[in-house]
Amino acid sequence: MIDRLQELGREALEEIKQADSVKALESVRVKYLGKKGPITEVLRGMGQLSEEERPKVGQKANDVREEIKEKLEEKTEQLEKAALDEKLKAESIDVTLPGKEVKQGARHPLTAVVEEIEDIFVGLGFQVTEGPEVETDQYNFEKLNLPAEHPARDMQDSFYVTTDMLLRTQTSPVQARTMETFEGQGPVKIVCPGKVYRRDDDDATHSHQFMQIEGLYVDKNVQMSDLKGVLEAFVQKYFGADRSIRLRPSFFPFTEPSVEVDVSCGICGGKGCRVCKHSGWIEVLGAGMIHPNVLEMSGFDPEIYTGFAFGMGVERFAMLKYGIDDIRHFYTNDIRFLNQFKRA
Amino acid sequence: MLVSYQWLKNYVDIDDLSAEDAAERLTRGGVEVDMLHIRTEGVEHVVVGYVEECSRHPEADKLSVCVVDTGSAKRTIVCGASNIQAGQKVVTAEPGAVLPGGVEITTTTLRGQESQGMICSLQELGVEQKLVAKEYQDGIYVLSDDAEIGADAVAEIGLRDTVLELDLTPNRPDCLSMLGVAYEIAALLDRDIVHPDTAHKESAEHTSGHVSVQVDVPKDNPFYGVKVVKNIVVGPSPQWMQNRLTAAGIRPISNVVDITNYVLLEYGQPLHAFDLDRLGSSEILVRRAAEGEEMTTLDGETRTLSSEHMVITNGKEPVALAGVMGGATSEVQDDTTTVLLEAAYFQPARVRKASRQTGIRSESSIRFEKGIDSGRVEEAAERAASLLETYAGGEVLQGRVEVDHRPSENKKIETSAGELNGLLGMNLSEDDILSIFRRLRLPASAENGVIIVEVPTRRPDLEREVDLAEEAARLYGYDYIPTTLPSGVTTPGFLTDRQRRERRMRRFLESSGLNEALTYTLTSREHSSRLQLHTLPGKVDVSLPMSEERSTMRTSLLPQLLDTVQYNRNRQINDAAVFELGSIFIGESGGELTKQPQEKTVLAAAVTGWWDTHLWQGEKKKADFFIIKGVLEGLFNELGVASAVEFVRSAHTELHPGRSADIYLNGVYAGFTGQLHPSVEKEWDLKETYVFQLDMDLILSYDAVSVFYETVPRYPAVTRDIALVVDDGVPAGKVERVIKEAGGNLLHDTSLFDVYQGENLSAGKKSLAFSLVYLDPDRTLTDEEVSRTHDNVLKQLEEEVSAELRK
Repeated sequence: MIDRLQELGREALEEIKQADSVKALESVRVKYLGKKGPITEVLRGMGQLSEEERPKVGQKANDVREEIKEKLEEKTEQLEKAALDEKLKAESIDVTLPGKEVKQGARHPLTAVVEEIEDIFVGLGFQVTEGPEVETDQYNFEKLNLPAEHPARDMQDSFYVTTDMLLRTQTSPVQARTMETFEGQGPVKIVCPGKVYRRDDDDATHSHQFMQIEGLYVDKNVQMSDLKGVLEAFVQKYFGADRSIRLRPSFFPFTEPSVEVDVSCGICGGKGCRVCKHSGWIEVLGAGMIHPNVLEMSGFDPEIYTGFAFGMGVERFAMLKYGIDDIRHFYTNDIRFLNQFKRA
Repeated sequence: MLVSYQWLKNYVDIDDLSAEDAAERLTRGGVEVDMLHIRTEGVEHVVVGYVEECSRHPEADKLSVCVVDTGSAKRTIVCGASNIQAGQKVVTAEPGAVLPGGVEITTTTLRGQESQGMICSLQELGVEQKLVAKEYQDGIYVLSDDAEIGADAVAEIGLRDTVLELDLTPNRPDCLSMLGVAYEIAALLDRDIVHPDTAHKESAEHTSGHVSVQVDVPKDNPFYGVKVVKNIVVGPSPQWMQNRLTAAGIRPISNVVDITNYVLLEYGQPLHAFDLDRLGSSEILVRRAAEGEEMTTLDGETRTLSSEHMVITNGKEPVALAGVMGGATSEVQDDTTTVLLEAAYFQPARVRKASRQTGIRSESSIRFEKGIDSGRVEEAAERAASLLETYAGGEVLQGRVEVDHRPSENKKIETSAGELNGLLGMNLSEDDILSIFRRLRLPASAENGVIIVEVPTRRPDLEREVDLAEEAARLYGYDYIPTTLPSGVTTPGFLTDRQRRERRMRRFLESSGLNEALTYTLTSREHSSRLQLHTLPGKVDVSLPMSEERSTMRTSLLPQLLDTVQYNRNRQINDAAVFELGSIFIGESGGELTKQPQEKTVLAAAVTGWWDTHLWQGEKKKADFFIIKGVLEGLFNELGVASAVEFVRSAHTELHPGRSADIYLNGVYAGFTGQLHPSVEKEWDLKETYVFQLDMDLILSYDAVSVFYETVPRYPAVTRDIALVVDDGVPAGKVERVIKEAGGNLLHDTSLFDVYQGENLSAGKKSLAFSLVYLDPDRTLTDEEVSRTHDNVLKQLEEEVSAELRK
């Protein structure tokens, strides 16, 4: 009987070996290990065996069964792995094909610049204020120390909508409006971004509409050296820590002393190149100590308060930052232009 | 202002300084030199030649063949100028010479005649045509007889010079004169000033015997003075004077005119020379013009004047528009012998008005408008008299006739070292400050710590203490101002809630795939009536527009956004998604504004073409209503107002009637969205385009629903799907609202997952399939509870929208 079992074991293993599918293996299992299978058959004949032989045959039968089971499992696993491998192979893709683009629009470069500048000044303790684009003559000019006969108030340079209202030519009226809300009590620390309008023919460097950011700091004991310090901190944050500034005397009706602020050229490091017109410096800001008349007209006592103001052209900052050569690009909105500022 | 560097050297010793260095000093000191022009730049090896012979070219009537002695050689040169003659000294470019623009002169053959060089006009040396004196405009330039043969012709003429172009700020009209610039550079370098020579002889005859002066408008004209110069011989002015005038951009005319212009440049004092014999009387009366009064100015134009204009008259009619331009009748001419020289101080505003209204901007009006030195008027008159004596053979009559209403005392300003340092953040000593004022030639004295400065008339810009602070700082050097940070109280910096929400809005739209655009605020009248948010009472027009295209303030952002889409389409960019956040301007119904117009912040977008594509996978989706609506719903969610928003079919005539919606926020109209009406698309030459425009002032006035944590559900939800058959005309939104209302608190979520029309449904019906999720956060719902609510939902649906369950 033991021989018979051995024989069956061999046959079964051979069949397992031959099986080429999970299904074939299953029929092998049923055939040999099923209730009607040959091993069970053999065991049924055990009654005829002696007491001594019985455990031996029983043991043998178990061994054979175990072996068949083991081999079945082994083979099943093998076949399943092969099938999976086959499936994975079939599912393979070209990983170099392009992925699906996540739709993403771009920030307008002028918005990017305005927000960056706002953030720098917010970090320095400033607030952001806004005001109307159609201004009264009083706020756009008179309260900024440009009385009626002042040459800078030329009709030819502004867009008037009535005799005493015009499209603001600067964001400074927002300063005057904001200062008034403080009712003569400092400190006032604000930046005012916005659109302004002047009668210029549009070309590569001129635009009848452009954006400005003006800033204002009014408090007791504000000195011109503070203006220099705050603007240096700003310029180094915006353009880079390695940049320096210099002040040049200039003139604005609402500040005295007035200065133009140059930043050292980032292209040549101050040695002189085409970008800085070989001077090593690039003009970026106008600034000055607020004229006592302006403080007075906005409700601040110039004997107690002093302050500084500064203004910059957003387009110019954007042109310097991104190397844009024509101001009209900002308002043409060519998608190929806009798309370049997704990371701005 | 154009400043000849050679001329400047007459007044201040700057021989040790190059024009470039002087320009840098001026610029750093606050008088900006915009550009340096090297006169006759690039001209090399051009010499003085003597025309020994001059004969007609055998083959050409208009050409001459000359033999020219250039010192080193005798050259045969063909010349085309009509004024060439033997015996002249001329500007000769020999072979190898270089003219402006790198033109190299070689030996050539002209009509069979070899020409060894070229005889030059001033234009060929780089002098602008409009600046060349009339006699040399159409021909070669003839040098004076004493010019040395073979010498550098450019130097001989006096054109070796550099011109500094100043970009003056309006507070420095003093630098509209050579003397003013000299004062400035002398102050910067701490050097002496040499004043012009005003000396001249005076005849026994007195000016007052020839002319009387009356000023009716002393406020407009605080000073009016005249001198008379007799026996004048009109002719050309000396070459050096011509050179200085052309350096400043003024064309030489004649000695008399040139001298008035020369003194104008030297002192910044405009002068006018009348031909006394042509004046028509011996009387000068300064008055306002009568309304509608006419006069013919020097340029031959007839001007109609108003009472805003000030005129110089001969007692009857105007002979000059004061400070702007002289009249044609009394103009100095070739036969003039007696000159009436006017030296006056006119108020800036009066001159500015006349200049603006007549459109004449003369060297004279520019200076009067900005303010001349009221204290140097007489000196300038004497200087001109001196020059007329020397260069026009004139006999200067004794004295002046003048009317003087100028203030007699100069302004004084008080300050102190402490005050100036306090403002500047510097540490200047009183001596430092006094030394600076001395260099600036501002008379100053100090006593007990108080510095008193007497402001000279040439610096009317110095009005108060801060002006002196600027003078001290700029002369000391802005580089020496220390760098400090404000010492006052610290304040928190922040963006307002609204500013933060506007930023969020931009971020959301960008990450939804829309590009931000910025368009012009000024637009055309045609655009201003299009695609408005709602009917507006009026527009805001510009009084004097530069063009029709920019004549009024926008009333909608969409027309210009559609222009943007069109612009891109014209450049083969057919897929566009753009938005803009900006103001529209609302006028008044009467037309004319009585107060500042309302500025409303609106948000608009335009989307067209492919929206969602992954080409190699065959995915292509065009922008449609539900894409733009999805963006809007996301935006409202981002702004925390989603639950208050409702979309209702729109009746906007410029939108597709079937594919557009008005947007309401808590029942208040807040904007619209949808496809453009095909006729509008056609007008802008666009394909299917979807837009929206929202009143952001309204939307942002609602507080965002605050974010507050809700317990994550711990009990299971029960989902019931239903398919409802309703009339075609019943909006899905309405069905959903019925479900939500009837579902009450237990109904946790509702979503539409299928819309069907067609087979198996009768005509005029549609099927809407919803998934309803019931949930109680505090316990497990029983089947009965759910059924009770669900049955109520079905009942309400049947009652309110006649919905039947689809079997």
